[in-house]
This record gives sequence, structure tokens and C-alpha cells, in this order.
Amino acid sequence: MSVFSQATQERFQTLLSHYPVKRSALVPMLLFAQDELGYLPPEAIREVGELVGASELAVREVIGYYSMLRLEPAGKYHVQVCTNISCMLRGGDDIYRHCKERLGIGHKEVAADGVFSLEEVECIGACSWAPALQVNYDFHQELTPEKVDEILRDYRKKAAAR
Amino acid sequence: MSQEVKIISKRFDDPKAATLDGYLASGGFQALEKALTMAPEAIIDEVKKSNLRGRGGAGFPTGMKWSFVPKQSERPKYVLCNADESEPGTCKDRLILQYDPFSLIEGMIIAGKAIDSHQGYVFIRGEYRYLFDIMERAINEAYRAGYLGKNIRGSGLDFDLYAHSGAGAYECGEESALMESLEGKRGIPRLKPPFPAISGLYGGPTVINNMETLATVPHIIVGGGEWYANLGVPKNGGTRLFCLSGHVARPGVYELPLGVPFPRLLEVGGGVANGKKLKAVVPGGSSTPMFTAEEAMGLNMDYDSIAKAGSFLGSGGVVILDENTCMVKFALRIMQFYRHESCGWCVPCREGTNWLHLALGRFHAGGGREGDVDLLREVSENILGRTFCPLGDAAAMPTLSILKRFRQEFLDHLAGKPCSCGVSGRPALATH
Ligand SMILES: Cc1cc2nc3c(=O)[nH]c(=O)nc-3n(C[C@H](O)[C@H](O)[C@H](O)COP(=O)(O)O)c2cc1C
Ligand code: FES
Repeated sequence: MSVFSQATQERFQTLLSHYPVKRSALVPMLLFAQDELGYLPPEAIREVGELVGASELAVREVIGYYSMLRLEPAGKYHVQVCTNISCMLRGGDDIYRHCKERLGIGHKEVAADGVFSLEEVECIGACSWAPALQVNYDFHQELTPEKVDEILRDYRKKAAAR
Repeated sequence: MSQEVKIISKRFDDPKAATLDGYLASGGFQALEKALTMAPEAIIDEVKKSNLRGRGGAGFPTGMKWSFVPKQSERPKYVLCNADESEPGTCKDRLILQYDPFSLIEGMIIAGKAIDSHQGYVFIRGEYRYLFDIMERAINEAYRAGYLGKNIRGSGLDFDLYAHSGAGAYECGEESALMESLEGKRGIPRLKPPFPAISGLYGGPTVINNMETLATVPHIIVGGGEWYANLGVPKNGGTRLFCLSGHVARPGVYELPLGVPFPRLLEVGGGVANGKKLKAVVPGGSSTPMFTAEEAMGLNMDYDSIAKAGSFLGSGGVVILDENTCMVKFALRIMQFYRHESCGWCVPCREGTNWLHLALGRFHAGGGREGDVDLLREVSENILGRTFCPLGDAAAMPTLSILKRFRQEFLDHLAGKPCSCGVSGRPALATH
């Protein structure tokens, strides 16, 4: 029994066919696994490990290295605020502080209702459109505190609609 | 007014160019048709003639890099595209991925023909998921139309290409760490030599280039190496994407010829924001030594001019700092990044970035001690050149440049004078 949906299992098989060595598919597989499950629980780690022929320990070692991979669930909407140099020069610190206040949580924390989590992150490649943040994989740029409020409100509505 | 020279960015305003039909309609795959009739050596010669240099960081001549790959090899050879784009201040490869993904595919097939490789990967940072999806769609479309796979367009040439996602790690932009990551491991750099051209991915001869470098190749093949070289200045061919950010009136990514005077570049970005005075400039991403305003205003933006002035053109990330910027805070934020991103493999980098971060943090918070400025310099100097990969240098170089050029600001902090950002009393940085 797989912990993954049919679509994700098929995606894994396609990925495995891209490399001469199965192990090469490990990092993207872990990311896709996390996209489906929200985090990487032990069953997922074991299953991905079996598919690429790596021990659970070896997979955990790899997970520990990559900042996007996590062993605990994040919020439904993971808010990642860049405070690196280009963002900092255009108020990124204030945007981050604003998010902390609005969400009532700090770095790598999850709100009690599970809707949001927050993280201060390094440069996300939006420097010329700073300050910037990502919610899951979506970019939001040229931010002001007012714009942030709007963005958060929209996601909260989306969460309530589900 | 803009003075932009649009070659690599020529399709950025064309919403259809990210589809195969749109790409073909705008001259796409003409370079491939031409390259299919050329001998591998002729392709490499053309790229050499163009004076194209790497757009990822080190600025190595691309044609020369390709020529280092041995003709005969028992192991398969590989072409890799570095789209990790993680150097703070850099946001250009993203635009190529979004608006012109086929130009990369075309460039990589041509690189494959030049070094006799039949397989490539595009390594895209994990955060760029929507771009990964665009790239995957473009690759699938190219396969369906016979531009990838076996016997490309009936030419007898085979080339397979896949998109590969990272999962968050600056260090994976370093070429050997990228290969480790692509082999499913932690992104720990490899000992060099051997260089990738001899032993890279899976131990096979490998060409690895930045996304912008590879996407430039089709333009060179169509227009000719000489044409491209003449757009720039001697030994610095063509144009490149400059990412203007920070205190500039119109931040953005602008394509300009290499050798463009810095004041011209600043003007294209509308000058310093809010009519303020220029204080300092990062010329090529956070790892490059900074210049004062006076130095910057006399610079030409090409690899050799910037190197002569003691820094690097790097990744094209030009960060503008106005007169109110606190340089201690700026140095601290840079170090916070490198401390976080040090992979921990070698001691001078792991420990050095940690100590520098602690010392700079203490300093900025007002707890600096007599002798700290020299301590910061000594620790930085002891990292320089002593680490396994250049990440240690990337942390030490900007720090040393700031200490040297803005020493007085550090001394003022010691003396308890408010810093020039004029918001003393506020917490130094967000820092979680
Ligand atoms: C710590 C570190 C990070 C790097 N990150 C990147 C990157 O994100 N993108 C990139 O193209 N090159 C990066 N590089 C440079 C690569 O190692 C390599 O030189 C480059 O991809 C070669 O391509 P080019 O010759 O076309 O520039 C990095 C280097 C170091 C030391
Ligand atoms: S510094 Fe924030 S996106 Fe680059």
C-alpha cells in the first residue's frame, strides 16, 4: 500500500526514468512527496527510500540538508518572507515583522488553527521586485503592509471556503 | 531613453514565446538548424570568437570551457544548466525560464552537439516551482515536435533533456555541489581538480553553465561570434542582464552591453530612489566586494574592468545603497546569509561565518569592543582562500570590502554615535 496518490506514484515513475541512477530522483521526489502530504512522515520516507534504493537513514540525512524539506506539518499556507539584502533595503524587515504581528506566530511556527505558518527566508530571486514573499510556491512582490493584509485576507478566505 | 540592447531579453515582451509555435514564429530553432550542419569544432570556435563569458559568477570564457571536454570518453558526457539562481541580488534566470524557455533548450542541444553529449539536465531551484512547470511543459513540447530525443529533426543527432528540481540550498549553485545534489545526495562540494569537464556528473565529462550563458548560445550561432563580440568590449563579448535592486528609482532587470559605464546603468534605473545620494554599490551579487559611490561612478561594467578595481561582475546582481544605509547592518545581513548557507563541510567556513555573524551582531547592537574591527578583519582574512569551495570567500570578500571602505562607520558605532540609518533603538534585523 502506497501513501501516495496514483498521480504522484506515476510522477515518481516518470522521474525515475530520467536518470541512469535511481538515487538521482531522490531530492525532487521528496519535494513532490511533501507537496502532496504537507510534510515527510516516516511512511513517506520509507517508501521513497525503497523506490530509489536508499536506506531510511540515508534519506533522512538528505532531508536534513535541504531547507525546503520538513519532518513536521506546516500551515496550509506557508508564508515565507525574504529579508535578504535587496528586500532589506526596501523594508523587508518591516514586512516580516508585520506578518509576525498579523499571524501571531514567529519563525517556523504554525498558527493554532493550522491555516498559516511563517518563515523568514533567504533571497527568493525577486530582488528587483522587493520586498517579496512566497506563500507556498506563489510569489507576491513589491509589498507594502497594506498589500500584505490583503494577501493574507485572501488566503484566509480561501481556507474558509474549503 | 532606455538604451537597452535586447538580445537575451528580446522575447520577454512576447507572451507567446513560451510556446513552441510562438518560439518558432520569433526565429526560434534557426540556430539549431544551422548548428546541425556545423562540425563540433566549428561551433566551439564560434562561441570562442563571441567572447561569451559565464553569467553565473566566475565569468569563465564559455568556448574555452567547452573545449576542455575530451573528445573520447568511456563514460557518457553531460550538459548541465545551472538555474539555481540563489545569489542574493540576482533575479534574471527566472525571466528566461518564464518567457523564453525554448532558447535554453536550443542552447543546450547545441552545447550537446559541440561536446558530443547526448543528455542534459536543467537544475532549477526548488522555490521556482511555477518555472519548473513551465520548463517541463516546454521540454515535453520539444519532444513531441522532434526537437529532443532520438534523431532530432531527422539529423541523426540524439539529445535527451530533463528538468530537475532542487529543494532549497544556496550551496547547490556551486557546480560540484550541484552534481552531488543531482546524484541524490547532500550538496557537499567536491575536491577540484578534477574539474567537471574531465569528471563531472556520474564521473562523466560535463559542461555546466549558467542559464543565461546557455540561452545566449543560439543568438551567437545565428548572428555569428564576431557580431556578438562587437556588442561588448574586448574579451567581454555581448550583452548581459543586469539586475538592479535596492535604493534605485526603477528597480528591474535591464539588458545592456558589457562595458557600459556604471553611471549609465544607474541612469537606466532612474537614478538613486527619492533623490538621495549614492553611498555604495554591490557590483555582482552579495558575494562580490563592494564599491563606494566615488569608485562606482568611475567603473565600466565588464568583467575585466571590475576585476581590475578589485571585485567581480559575478551574477549581474547590482545592488544600490543610498546615503542612509547603515553599512554595519548591511555587513551583518550578508553574514547572516552565509552563516545559514555554509554547508558545514569545512571548518574555516562553518566556524568563520558563525564567529563573524556573532561579532557583527554584537557590534551592530551597540556592544562592539575595542579591537573588534581588527578581529573581524583577521577572521575574514583567515577564511579567504582556505575553504573547500568558494562559499567561504563569498562570505569574507564583501565583509573585508566593507571594513576597508567604511571603517569609520564601524568606529562610530563603537563610539556610540547613532548609525546613519537614523533609526537607532530599533532591533537590528528581523532575525527571526
Ligand atoms: C556558493 C556558490 C554558489 C553558486 N551559485 C550559482 C548559481 O546559483 N547559479 C549559477 O549559475 N552559478 C552559481 N555558482 C557558480 C557555479 O559554480 C559555476 O561557476 C557556474 O554555474 C558556471 O557557469 P558559467 O560559466 O556559465 O557562469 C555558484 C558558485 C558558488 C561557489
Ligand atoms: S533579496 Fe529578497 S528576493 Fe532577493
